[in-house]
Amino acid sequence: MEKTLDNFSIGEKGIVKMVLGEGKIKRRLFDMGITPGAEVFLRKKAPLGDPIEITLRGYELTLRKTEAACVKVEVQS
Amino acid sequence: MKRFALAGNPNCGKTTLFNSLTGSTAHVGNWPGVTVDKRDGVYKKCAEPVKIIDLPGIYSLSPYTPEELIARNYILDEKPDCVINIVDATNLERNLYLTTQILEMDVPVVVALNMMDAVKKSGDSINAKLLEERLGVPVVEISALKETGLKELMDKAFNESKKIREGSTVLETSPLGHLIGDVKIALKGQNVANPLFHAVKLVEQDEIEANMHKETLPMVEEFKKTFNDEIFGGDFEALVADARYKYISSNFASVLSKKSKDTTKMSKSDKADKVLTHKWWGIPIFLVILFGIFHLTFGEDLLFLGKIFSLPSLEDLGLLNEDGDPINFGVRILATFYDGAVMSPGVWINNVWNDLIVGEFFGWLGGLVEESGMAPWAIGLINNGIFDGISAVLSFLPPILVLFLFFSILEDSGYMARIAFILDRMFRRFGLSGRAFMPMIMGFGCSVPAMINTRTLADDKERTATVRVIPFFSCGAKLPILTAVAGAIVAFFGVGNADVITFSMYLLGIVTAIVCVLLMRSTTLKGETPPFIMELPTYHVPQFKNLMAHLWDKTKHFVKKAFTIILASTIVIWALTHFSFNWTFLEDEQVNESILAGIAQLVQPIFTPLGFGSQLGSLGWVFVVAAVAGLIAKENVIATFATLAACLAAVTGLDLGGLAIDAEDGIDAVQAMIQATGITIPGLIAFIAFNMTTIPCFAAVATAKAELGNKSTYHWTLVFWLVASYVVSAIIYTVGSWWWTIFIWMVACAGLVACIIMRNKKAAKRLN
Repeated sequence: MEKTLDNFSIGEKGIVKMVLGEGKIKRRLFDMGITPGAEVFLRKKAPLGDPIEITLRGYELTLRKTEAACVKVEVQS
Repeated sequence: MKRFALAGNPNCGKTTLFNSLTGSTAHVGNWPGVTVDKRDGVYKKCAEPVKIIDLPGIYSLSPYTPEELIARNYILDEKPDCVINIVDATNLERNLYLTTQILEMDVPVVVALNMMDAVKKSGDSINAKLLEERLGVPVVEISALKETGLKELMDKAFNESKKIREGSTVLETSPLGHLIGDVKIALKGQNVANPLFHAVKLVEQDEIEANMHKETLPMVEEFKKTFNDEIFGGDFEALVADARYKYISSNFASVLSKKSKDTTKMSKSDKADKVLTHKWWGIPIFLVILFGIFHLTFGEDLLFLGKIFSLPSLEDLGLLNEDGDPINFGVRILATFYDGAVMSPGVWINNVWNDLIVGEFFGWLGGLVEESGMAPWAIGLINNGIFDGISAVLSFLPPILVLFLFFSILEDSGYMARIAFILDRMFRRFGLSGRAFMPMIMGFGCSVPAMINTRTLADDKERTATVRVIPFFSCGAKLPILTAVAGAIVAFFGVGNADVITFSMYLLGIVTAIVCVLLMRSTTLKGETPPFIMELPTYHVPQFKNLMAHLWDKTKHFVKKAFTIILASTIVIWALTHFSFNWTFLEDEQVNESILAGIAQLVQPIFTPLGFGSQLGSLGWVFVVAAVAGLIAKENVIATFATLAACLAAVTGLDLGGLAIDAEDGIDAVQAMIQATGITIPGLIAFIAFNMTTIPCFAAVATAKAELGNKSTYHWTLVFWLVASYVVSAIIYTVGSWWWTIFIWMVACAGLVACIIMRNKKAAKRLN
């Protein structure tokens, strides 16, 4: 199943399929390692539900849901 | 001297390495045109001394952030003799991403594999030899923290710096390899330096490169047409980033052998995070930590021991003489940390510094000057102008440093990033990111460290907006104004409650800040809410050495300011209050004849809508003078009150009825001024509001100037403070005096908001 990263629930894992969006934000997502093939794991959500914290490439990254919405992920069980 | 540049990701231990290498030789400045720290120092243990340049911490060499641009331009334009790329061994993949970009430049590179101790501790291992083979440049295992491997690193770098290295790319074997190779050959034909780096960036459609090589661009576009990728289409930026990471995972990651494969396993840091960013406990814990910091810095009753155990004051113990002064030196020292309550370390340091060191020193120096037999005006200038000015500025040092120490601990430990994570949602409503919270809250202590702290904000517009509203978070020095005026209102008019008035003024400041941020973000500082894609670094214990290096930097910075701009301004204000228009020297009591009083009387009508202008009659200028004196340091407002009240009494023959106008809390002085001028309650409240929101003290103004960088932004900031304070005070005075004027203000606000919305809509249309 494929869905965008902002729709993940805590503990879900997946493989990045595609990064949408443009310019600065997309480049930043790439630079931080969110590229097709990267494994991501949703570790936590902030107290107000946004932003979210993910584990990828062995480190912790936080991003807002609006930015996470640019990331299409294939969910893994 | 040879120059080596340090480059690496944020949090990779770059600062620690820099401090270990350069020791006390470090020098901090700003990169020209931007406010990113530029640090350099000298390493002396090589065959010859080497200059080390600390480049800003970066993740990539994209054209989007000032830090990345600085690093990139430094290596390309200044051509250092070697680049030392620090790689966090615990986070190999993402760190190597930057390495692959640096390797594309024609510069000798040495990779420093940092935090190897942490890797070994977790049971993993890294094959440094294999990594060196694959990268094609020397790799040295180091621990910046334990200072191991540094000598070997520097020797290798020194060796490399004698060689000439041509850039290499991991993209060569990717589908893009041919394309990049062709562009590189074309650029080389034009004698472009670093052809490979520029070729890759041109293929990436990097804005800066596209402008630099306009003539080559059509050719690159032509080349690109022959290339099509199924997944990315024509998005070459995505292709390049993807190719880099693909190469890293398949070639470099194999260098690392992990003990356990499970990435979801909980580390110590994760366990700490489980509590500190917990859904329910996260915010309360943060509030407790914040309260703790302020309590330890400004609390006069540590842990409320004094209240709880009703500890006796020094007076109760019979340790003070009739004048209320300590009876001997021992008691004086005791008084710095105890008086009916144990004082917090911050207050204790402050007292020792101000009462025992700065106070004593300038008291002694002042005595010498007084006995020197100079003209009275010269003595006045030196003692009241220069010395008082310097000691006023120096008195800021302890709270600034203590507050800064705590915030540096939060920053270095990795908790600061979590605070941004917790609070981002709330701040986004105002067009700011969660990171803006820290500088704002620091403003309650002192605006100076708060403004310096805005450096953690990535977006320039967000930064400007934050620097501008920081003074509205009423600082420690403004509190005496609030308590004095509030106390006088209660004592003189017999209405209200002093604590409630003081607290409401704090609230007013916060509300003003929010309104102003919203206004600025939708007009002059418009821009999308900056993206919030941030690494949450692993928690670690802050390094004492690093903290001290931070503090030393700040001290140097601040003291330098104190002896230049702030000192000059103090002397000017002193001269204006102590000379009359025909240049005769005036005693303190004759301030009503001074140039400043003359100017104040002239501009007095301007303050009429604020309640402390013409309606106060011929003596009303005193409030204007007090406000102007507050521009040096807000402490001066109350000090000026005492001087002016004495002077008013002398001029009018006012019966002070036993008011102690020189009392420290200033309540009586304000009462005397109320009596003499007949100012109303709304006028008084407007006066404190004006002092709270107008141009802050010189120290803060000087900091704002340094932090904003851009001259015109700085000038508009001064205008902004004047307009904001004027409008806020006018609203308070008019609504307080005639309640129905609130409707006029509401209509005006509605009109303004409507105008802004319409203008923004129009602008949006034009864009479409």
